[in-house]
Amino acid sequence: MNAQYVAAIDQGTSSSRCLVFDLQGRIVSLSQKEHEQIFPRPGWVEHDPHEILRNVIEVVHGALDTGGLDVRDLVAVGIANQRETTVVWDPHTGEPVHNAIVWQDTRTDALCRKLGAELGQDRFRDKCGLPLATYFSGPKVSWLLDSAPGLRKRAEEGDLLFGTMDSWLIWNLTGRHVTDVTNASRTMLMNLETLDWDDTLLDAMGVPRAMLPAIQPSSAIYGEAGDSLGGVPIAAALGDQQAALFGQTCFSAGEAKCTYGTGSFLLLNTGSRPVLSGHGLITTVGSKIGDEPATYALEGSIAVTGALVQWFRDKVGLIGSAPEVETLARTVDDNGGIYFVPAFSGLFAPHWRGDARGVIAGLTGYVTKGHLARAVLEATAWQTREVVDAMNADSGIEMTSLKADGGMTANNLLMQFLADVLGLPVVRPNVAETVSLGAAYAAGLAVGFWPDVESLRANWHKAAEWIPNMDQAERDRGYRKWKKAVQRTLDWVDDDD
Amino acid sequence: MPKPIQSIERASAILRLLSGRTRRLSLAEVAGELGLPKGTVYGIMRTLLSVGFVEQDPESGKYRIGAALLHLGSSYLDGNELRTRALNWADWLAARTNESVRLGTLHDGQVLLVHHVFRPDNSPQVLEVGALLPMHATAMGKVLLAYHPYLTEDLSNGRLPRFTSGTITDPKLLAIELEQVREQGWAASLEELIEGETSFAAPIRDRQGVAVGAIAISGPTERLCDDAQPRIELVSYVREGARTISRDLGAVPW
Ligand SMILES: Nc1ncnc2c1ncn2[C@@H]1O[C@H](COP(=O)(O)OP(=O)(O)OP(=O)(O)O)[C@@H](O)[C@H]1O
Ligand SMILES: [Mg+2]
Repeated sequence: MNAQYVAAIDQGTSSSRCLVFDLQGRIVSLSQKEHEQIFPRPGWVEHDPHEILRNVIEVVHGALDTGGLDVRDLVAVGIANQRETTVVWDPHTGEPVHNAIVWQDTRTDALCRKLGAELGQDRFRDKCGLPLATYFSGPKVSWLLDSAPGLRKRAEEGDLLFGTMDSWLIWNLTGRHVTDVTNASRTMLMNLETLDWDDTLLDAMGVPRAMLPAIQPSSAIYGEAGDSLGGVPIAAALGDQQAALFGQTCFSAGEAKCTYGTGSFLLLNTGSRPVLSGHGLITTVGSKIGDEPATYALEGSIAVTGALVQWFRDKVGLIGSAPEVETLARTVDDNGGIYFVPAFSGLFAPHWRGDARGVIAGLTGYVTKGHLARAVLEATAWQTREVVDAMNADSGIEMTSLKADGGMTANNLLMQFLADVLGLPVVRPNVAETVSLGAAYAAGLAVGFWPDVESLRANWHKAAEWIPNMDQAERDRGYRKWKKAVQRTLDWVDDDD
Repeated sequence: MPKPIQSIERASAILRLLSGRTRRLSLAEVAGELGLPKGTVYGIMRTLLSVGFVEQDPESGKYRIGAALLHLGSSYLDGNELRTRALNWADWLAARTNESVRLGTLHDGQVLLVHHVFRPDNSPQVLEVGALLPMHATAMGKVLLAYHPYLTEDLSNGRLPRFTSGTITDPKLLAIELEQVREQGWAASLEELIEGETSFAAPIRDRQGVAVGAIAISGPTERLCDDAQPRIELVSYVREGARTISRDLGAVPW
């Protein structure tokens, strides 16, 4: 029998999953496994790279088993991964020198401020499209190399390798040390024009070139997996958000999507030229299919959305599961006047304020847990409103609807409120798991399972649509309050914190 | 806050104790573990027995948690939870069948729509989440009725409202149909709510096997039926979707 499916590995922040898709881009089977979030100190977040690798292999077999399939039924596997999360390992032993430092981790705050010095946060923006922030990999690698004596020397001699999760997985699966352009564009080490590592950036961060992976297209055969995955070609890698842009078939300039998971990320395809933002967005690579020119994107990154729901569940304990936040929120009619700005890792787009911390503003004795649940959900919508406004200002084109996907789109109250505060219809596609779908598309294209991107557009179908239903005055008043609440998060962190 | 009622506190303690054990416990064991007089425990236990919250083994006389209590907790699944857990497979069902998909739960003798996936043809459609539908005229309603027999008692007084010429309005006929639904594991509504529209539904079950909801596809009869007979491959997809969601909710495969 001919192989007739593509598998996608979605190595996310909270879990790894594998989805198998058929030629029509329909889900055939799925398997998922969470991994441990390691919090060694306030603001620090780590993952165990070995645990992640084990889980990835397990979920691929899990998905094959549930679908009654075999590795030989797969034409290729594509990888989408949590971005920026940084691993450094010894190629001789395969042992990481440290746990992976996760994108949410803020330990490089002082380092970032030092790197900015008098030139400020945007010192490297014209080269890499990014502001100096704890979010990105370069400073994390630098921190790691300083974390124990001798590491930097080993790195210079090629005895240590750096990689984001894609590289770590591909190296373990195929033995090749590569990354894709979209992941490389999140390191702060790659030049957006040349799509190659940039010596100025490497020198500034103190990262030796010898430890870096080769930068490859997002859709290309990197190699064949070893025994653990039965020799299947690994044929794509993309950062999860870029994969979602691809999975939503936003192939042309002007097309955008927002993915609602742990954080939320609005990406707008800007075509074959990088566009620098004047409104707090970042510039990133959208994808590169084989030898074709790269596609760029503007991105509004929101660090904490679904993670706030999880925090509300795990740390506050007012709900037993994420979906119950909607049930609790529906016990009241509005937010009771409170606004919750979840600046847990500072604020990302469009503010980029590492010195911000979370605030619940407007508290009175009237407020109940129902209002809190509402404010938790509304935070996701208001944060989206900020990045949509920035996107409109940067692109000069007003968005006319929002394509949403990801786990939080299961929340009906949130999706309606989102449409309300944006004043735009919000649509969800038939596959909410666009991260996986995008990785599958890119892998399938690399091996000729699909002929071209245009053939994929036909697979996109609207599964739900929320129409705005809030009057302008109410929307404006809410937004005004939200902005005031945001002001109250700023300048919280002190030098001696 | 008023003072807690002591006998309810004690009853709760007994139920907690029993639910934490895999084996049955004797009256003396329960009294011993809770540090209560045997007479007190006996009185409470009789009441719990009478409402079905505990069961007593006729031979040993020992107690365990009753089926009524298991159902009480488990048959309630938050609709928002169900939507979230079913999201991928509801999409899958719509993509497979090219029809719209709905998920419903029981709510005050009606079917509450907790999820709706548009027919994947990009035509204009309106989200119906939150709508209430009649039980006896919908495929989802029939599935929920079939697996919650006590509900049919409420429907058996008098005639059921008619929506189309196909609506089953006689409770006796409905009872016969529900018997068949239980046997075959799925239900159909053949133009019983809206002229020209057919739907098929199957039960979503939780860990205890209780039908916590139903999933359905609906569309024009000419697409869902051949010669007025349900198209079996479409029914199979509905059942497969329901089974997959149930498995994800922890139900033992059946
Ligand atoms: N019904 C719901 N209401 C609100 N939030 C929800 C709901 N369902 C899921 N979430 C939130 O969405 C997130 C899960 O979504 P998703 O699976 O897309 O994220 P993820 O891919 O796991 O994230 P990552 O890739 O970062 O690991 C969780 O943070 C969870 O709290
Ligand atoms: Mg994800």
